[in-house]
Amino acid sequence: MPLPVRHLLLAALGLAAVAGLLFVTGDLTALRVAAVGYTMLAVAGLQLLVGGSGQVSLGHGAFMMIGAYTMALLVLHQPSLPLAANLGVIVAVSVVAGVAVGAATARLHGPYLAGATLILAVGLPGLAHRYHQLLGGSNGLNIRTAGAPPFLDGLVTTSEWRALVVWTTVVLGLAALATISAGRLGRRMRAVRDDETAAAMAGVPVGATKVAAFVIASAAGGLAGGLQAYVLGTVTPGSFTLVLSLTLLAALVLGGIGSLWGALWASIAIVYLDVWATDLARAADLGRDVENNLPVVFFGVVLILVLRFWPLGVHGALRDLGARLRVAGSGTSS
Amino acid sequence: MREHGSRVLWAPALALVMLAAACSGAGEVGQGADVDLDVAPGVTDDAVVIGTHQPLTGPAAPGYLAVSQGAGAVFDHVNAEGGVNGRRIDYRVEDDGYDPSRTIDVTRQLVIEDEIFAMVGGLGTPTHGGVIDYLNDEGVPDVFPASGALAWNNTEEHPLTYGWQTDYTKEAKIQGEYITENFPGQDVGYLFQNDDVGEDSQAGLDQYLSDEVVAREHYESDIPDLGAQMAELENSGAEVVVCSCIPAFVALGMLEAARIGYEPQWVISSIGGDTATLQALLTEFTEDTDAEGVPADAFLDGAIVTSYMPRVEDEDDEWGRFFVEVYEEYGHGGPPTNTHMFGMTQAVMFAQVLKSAGRDLTRQSLVDALETQEWRGPGHTPFSSSEGDHGGHQGVYVVRYQSGGAIEMVQEARVTDREGGPVEEVDFERLSPEDLPFHD
Amino acid sequence: MNYFVTLTLNGLASGAAYAALALSLVIIYQATRLVNFAQPALALLSVYTAYTVTQLTGSYWLGFAAALTAGLLVGAFVERVIVRPIARTSQLNAIIVTLGLLLVVQGGVGMVWGNEQHGLRYAFSYVGRFAPSDVFALVSVGVAALLLFALYRFTPLGLRMRAAAFHPEAARLNGVRVGLMLTAGWGIASLIGALAGMLAGPPFLSPNVFDVVFVFGITAAVVGGLDNPFGAVIGGLLIGLGKSYVSGFLGPELATLAALVIVVAVLSVRPDGILSRPTARKV
Repeated sequence: MPLPVRHLLLAALGLAAVAGLLFVTGDLTALRVAAVGYTMLAVAGLQLLVGGSGQVSLGHGAFMMIGAYTMALLVLHQPSLPLAANLGVIVAVSVVAGVAVGAATARLHGPYLAGATLILAVGLPGLAHRYHQLLGGSNGLNIRTAGAPPFLDGLVTTSEWRALVVWTTVVLGLAALATISAGRLGRRMRAVRDDETAAAMAGVPVGATKVAAFVIASAAGGLAGGLQAYVLGTVTPGSFTLVLSLTLLAALVLGGIGSLWGALWASIAIVYLDVWATDLARAADLGRDVENNLPVVFFGVVLILVLRFWPLGVHGALRDLGARLRVAGSGTSS
Repeated sequence: MREHGSRVLWAPALALVMLAAACSGAGEVGQGADVDLDVAPGVTDDAVVIGTHQPLTGPAAPGYLAVSQGAGAVFDHVNAEGGVNGRRIDYRVEDDGYDPSRTIDVTRQLVIEDEIFAMVGGLGTPTHGGVIDYLNDEGVPDVFPASGALAWNNTEEHPLTYGWQTDYTKEAKIQGEYITENFPGQDVGYLFQNDDVGEDSQAGLDQYLSDEVVAREHYESDIPDLGAQMAELENSGAEVVVCSCIPAFVALGMLEAARIGYEPQWVISSIGGDTATLQALLTEFTEDTDAEGVPADAFLDGAIVTSYMPRVEDEDDEWGRFFVEVYEEYGHGGPPTNTHMFGMTQAVMFAQVLKSAGRDLTRQSLVDALETQEWRGPGHTPFSSSEGDHGGHQGVYVVRYQSGGAIEMVQEARVTDREGGPVEEVDFERLSPEDLPFHD
Repeated sequence: MNYFVTLTLNGLASGAAYAALALSLVIIYQATRLVNFAQPALALLSVYTAYTVTQLTGSYWLGFAAALTAGLLVGAFVERVIVRPIARTSQLNAIIVTLGLLLVVQGGVGMVWGNEQHGLRYAFSYVGRFAPSDVFALVSVGVAALLLFALYRFTPLGLRMRAAAFHPEAARLNGVRVGLMLTAGWGIASLIGALAGMLAGPPFLSPNVFDVVFVFGITAAVVGGLDNPFGAVIGGLLIGLGKSYVSGFLGPELATLAALVIVVAVLSVRPDGILSRPTARKV
């Protein structure tokens, strides 16, 4: 079976799984499932950039912000455009942003790239304040988008519908990313990551490959941001802070940088660790200051411990476990 | 893969249906259905669950942490007195870190998982602005959002949202009038936060001071630096500086002014006028430097502050004294500040509404109680939550801070509207903590 | 004109703090080839230590000494116990671990000291357009950079530290205790980080007080060049001045965008910072 078809089938399976999950849970889970979806798309784009081409970007939140504001502006000023068209426009805008950032940073490496992308993530929200007539300043833009179509009334709630829309886009995006990663461009990226000089000598256009990686990551990030705006209905500079960008990168490594499964674990960690830690803190009946700060500390501790004991992240650990189980299984049967 | 074929076929089919459905405009929204208010989620025989979103961590936490601490202390007091109509108030505080996307998550959690009866005092304009549609759509009474944005008073679009804080424009109009009356002919500079606080405040100030204003300087709340702004204000020759700022930036502005030897008359909005917090901060700051002859609150001496709540420094105010006592018994940590007072005043007023909604509690009866409430304190100004006007506190009074921690009332409460209407004196009598029914 | 001078002086004063933080990042980068995201958190811990000691003893300078000591010890401890076992596996993982540490320490400070603001005085009087405290900031950063330069260039310890960072195997064969050198590098860096914290923390502390400082600090290090302590100082002052002018003339909302423009402008001409050595560049 050709690879793209297989990826599409896997995507369909994933969507079916999400639909099943939504069927048995409620509205709050629908919101969080949607959040896992768009976060996963953003992380997967970052994965291609960092794991694929070796460029460590601390500014991924900036691309999400571009996508989110594009969505909000489209809904506000072109309300008759269908959502699919909005997502298409977002991809186009993100590609332009990706080309710009990729070209400006193609000569940078290591910490210089990290520093430049970091300041991008911090600086970009300044535009929302500068052009507050258009972008709403620190209060941002609030949008209302259409919910479930009328003929599905009573079958799915608006939140479930949104989660489905998000995941449909996400699985398609993931299938595209997987196909790219397995194809020629993916091979070229990994060649650049492993050794730029050798890649150049082998005829890989190093600069163009690096820019291409940024463009793809930007498109995924922008799409993720657009979906976030669609689900949450509000876009503010306060949601696209440096913390978001750093969290995306940290969670990527936590989940496992080598596989799309890692992006799934990463996004689950981003959405749910905070929830779990809050419950944990409540249950433990701690002092007020301890309780308030526990979720942040919890995320940090999990990050440190996972990397200490499973350097390849959660996905690496699960793969090890699977391999060990298989060995043990074949051992007992023989 | 073949055996999966039939099972996975419907997923792409669903995707196609969705794409087809998604061809209608994404921004074309139909009218929401009417919400059913004759329900009482979160209400049991002996408890009522209410929720709020607050910044407990993150950059905004230092300024606002105290709000929910104050409210929590009052609810503890109410519960210790036997609750309201036989029900204990179960106050659930969720941390949103002042990030609107987290506000949406915790608000849904409160509504869906905790099944709150009402949202009480959700804090912040960008944060609460993201959930106000949701709360109204879901029929959750959205009582007393903690911010002075004009948006809360829009009974057409958000009938279940009841503003609380004196809005920024009303407050600024009264400040403007006070300045023209008491500092006539003096040059005025504005220092404001670059969001709706600044925008709405200027709209009010300009009605009175458009001829006097010589400088308009703004700051960004995430960049704690006022060097350039204070230099420019001094340069402009402003003798009065109106600070529509949060407390951290009031303190910063005062230090920066002291640094360059600039001594304007400060006029501080209620959002930044927590003189107790300011004084504590400045005392720590000047620790071990008294040799330079700078007592801690010399910076604050003579500052004009507008306010609508009881103040913690106000020895003559029964409510002020009452709140300090309540906080000493039920609060945690140091003495209460005026930011605690904010939460405490809100809590008393909510408990009062709950009380008058009666034992037979539904969301409709709460709304009815709000719309027909005769407000008699603890705030110093008339309060509006009637049908068609959810504006909350209608004005402010003016105090002058004196070095040492005392305050002097220099102008009794006045009220106005958010448009071009006049500023008017009012005759407003408050009930004492003993006479105001807000618990059993 | 007067306004311009004021902005310049303000920019230099805040630039000094950025330079100090950049300096601490440069030291760790030189010692371990890592960008230490936990640096602002270690500085935070040091400054809160200073706050507590000052409150307890009433002496600012005891607090100051406590901050530097805490920085030194915590930095060394973190390298030895947390970072080193992970740095062996991959460089990216080590960077992410410093991010994790940032969260733990920032949250931990909130747990211990609360999320309310606290006041902390400046080292010297802050009164005046170019106040003694500003002079102290600039001088102390300059002296720190000079000392570091001398340490790396002229002392056996500095030579060993450089050898351990760039050629660990060769250094080990020559009897250099590589691990100890890395720990020393982190300790010294965090001491400078603590200094940065004492310069940038006042007047008011909160767990997020260094968020902005850190962003400008890392920007300064990148602009100046991560291989040179003087680069950090130049970068810090450049960012401080740029930020001050843009805030003053165009508006404070553009301050971070100004830093972005400086970074893009400088790095497009010199991809390894202003004071980079072309030979040190690895393709």
